[in-house]
Amino acid sequence: MTSSAGQPLHAPLEISFDYTRSLGPTLSEFVTALAGRRLLGARASDGRVHAPPFEFDSATGAPPAEFIEVGPAGTVVTWTWTDRPLEGQPLGHPFGWALIRPDGADTALLHAVDAGAAGAMATGMRVRPRWSDRAGSGITDIACFEPESSAGPAGQADGSGASDKAHGEPAETVTMITTPVRLSYDHTVSPGESAYLLALAQGRLIGQRCPACGKVYLPPRGACPVDGVPTKDEVELPDTGIVTTFCVVNVPFHGQKFPSPYVAASVLIDGADIAFQHLILGCPPDEVRMGLRVRAVWKPREEWDVGHNIDHFEPTGEPDAPYDSYARHL
Amino acid sequence: MTDVAVVGFAQARSERHSPATTNGVEMLVPIFHEVFGATGLTKADVDFWCSGSSDYLAGRAFSFVSAVDAIGAFPPVMESHVEMDGAWALYEAWLKVLTGEAEIALAYGFGKSSAGTLRRVLALQLDPYLVAPLWPDSVSIAALQARLGIEAGLWSEQDMAEVAVRSRSSAITNAHAQLSGSTSAAELLCEPYIADPLRAHDCAPVSDGAAVVILATGSRASELCARPAWITGFEHRIDSASLGARDLTTAPSAVAAGAAAGAGRAQVAELHAPFTHQEIILRRALGLDAGNDRSGDGARINPSGGALCGNPMFAAGLARIGSAAAEIMSGRADVALGHATSGPALQQNLVCVMEAP
Repeated sequence: MTSSAGQPLHAPLEISFDYTRSLGPTLSEFVTALAGRRLLGARASDGRVHAPPFEFDSATGAPPAEFIEVGPAGTVVTWTWTDRPLEGQPLGHPFGWALIRPDGADTALLHAVDAGAAGAMATGMRVRPRWSDRAGSGITDIACFEPESSAGPAGQADGSGASDKAHGEPAETVTMITTPVRLSYDHTVSPGESAYLLALAQGRLIGQRCPACGKVYLPPRGACPVDGVPTKDEVELPDTGIVTTFCVVNVPFHGQKFPSPYVAASVLIDGADIAFQHLILGCPPDEVRMGLRVRAVWKPREEWDVGHNIDHFEPTGEPDAPYDSYARHL
Repeated sequence: MTDVAVVGFAQARSERHSPATTNGVEMLVPIFHEVFGATGLTKADVDFWCSGSSDYLAGRAFSFVSAVDAIGAFPPVMESHVEMDGAWALYEAWLKVLTGEAEIALAYGFGKSSAGTLRRVLALQLDPYLVAPLWPDSVSIAALQARLGIEAGLWSEQDMAEVAVRSRSSAITNAHAQLSGSTSAAELLCEPYIADPLRAHDCAPVSDGAAVVILATGSRASELCARPAWITGFEHRIDSASLGARDLTTAPSAVAAGAAAGAGRAQVAELHAPFTHQEIILRRALGLDAGNDRSGDGARINPSGGALCGNPMFAAGLARIGSAAAEIMSGRADVALGHATSGPALQQNLVCVMEAP
């Protein structure tokens, strides 16, 4: 995490997920044909051949009655040029995007054209697919399109690319594709959270008090969720508190750091009005109870960073807090 | 039918890099304060709240739930959310008022577009099977649309540059705008393409921001506002998601929404056009230019400067409706139109026509 003068802390945040998508009957037919190096379309009720095929006719709602082979070569209907490709796009060097109408179709599909330079792109230009080495991945089975005028490997008269080994083979029906999504963000915390994290890096706990209702939020929330007003008054808090509620974790899971059973608890720091979650160690799980007095056990000083400096909480040995003292914080 | 009017509007200044979090609280608290101050309302008066925002934009789950902190939702409030521009949240709020479940409703939208790479994040609104896996960015898709119109002779790069010149000039008096200033088409056309045939001036800036609009029923609106902006038409329509199967040089969904809402009578229109050529498409689709079947002059277009001068995602459409309403509330117009779009290449369009008392 970094902070420039007066600005809240921020840090890179990468999120990713591999979506698996069931294709359904129509797209399954289309994607299976792609794996066999063929392009399919379907005729709609208005007589137009759609490629890719529609799943449901926009006028009648009916699925395609039959599939029609189109292309795979086609004509550029419109285009643009990308000098700086973004992550995930079909080519890593400058390329054209185009809507391409496959021969025999009345609609166009979107894909990349590896034309070398913007000057080589033109509406009406003839292009053919360059097939990827993969088969069954979906639309990315087409690595990109390329100008028909470019010198292709021998035997490419039908528009297929270099690796047309699947051509003509009965492909296994593709019913599912995986579409990875990865996004990068610069994640910013609120000014209150910044103050909290920077204080934690110094071994202190900082909360903020709502100017309207007087409640103390730890960590600070930026605005009081009761009153909707900014919370700006900082309050220094001790590292002791009570367990308001807890659970014993018995189920092992991926990424688990402690052997089960162990206790995750809501800890209400003395002087705060909202509890946060933390670990309770230092006693058998069956001795943890509501109202148990606990104190923070800090990591060794040399391991401190911005954010995770309290290792866990442990019992202080003091008498339990009476229920009434925390009943309003459950 | 119940009469419903816009009685309040506030927006945050559009910024390229806001220090705010992606849950919008820091941008929303001040504009809630402002709109309550102007109307004399408090949060307790609001019967229904509805927000528009996106978790993809925020890069975190349930960012709209964190945003509820800005309301001060205690005691609990009636609240909803759309993963769309706040203009659609306003539509839901309007329905809530029409059904009699609310007298005062508040819609808000917020977006921190700068947190990620906006044009890449927007690839995720495309067909997830056959298009999104290629990660086509929003600027490239708009460029494909712009070229179709240019080559069909429907508009030119000069026409597009003139839209940018007028927008930036109008924005000089808009304190919330991110871009403004005097320039000329000749000057702009010397700039390089960023996605041929689009230049930087053809594309809305990447903006962080927020907007809020308050609706009230007939009995309440006149108490809260000297000139409420009465909603006389509120419609939205959508076109096919298949970019290659529809005519991208027009927007049938805008034509249909405009016709149903009574767009042709507007004296002023705030159009949510994130690209210059899209303003041209929308003016024609909504019948706002002089000539054709429109009597008299064309409508004034985007006196705020429009989205080309500040385009906070998930708030810019709502801000168009708010800005159009402000034309009526201030007495500058008697019939005003606010428009919002969503999806690639003007796929979905919403039109709100408002009139003076």
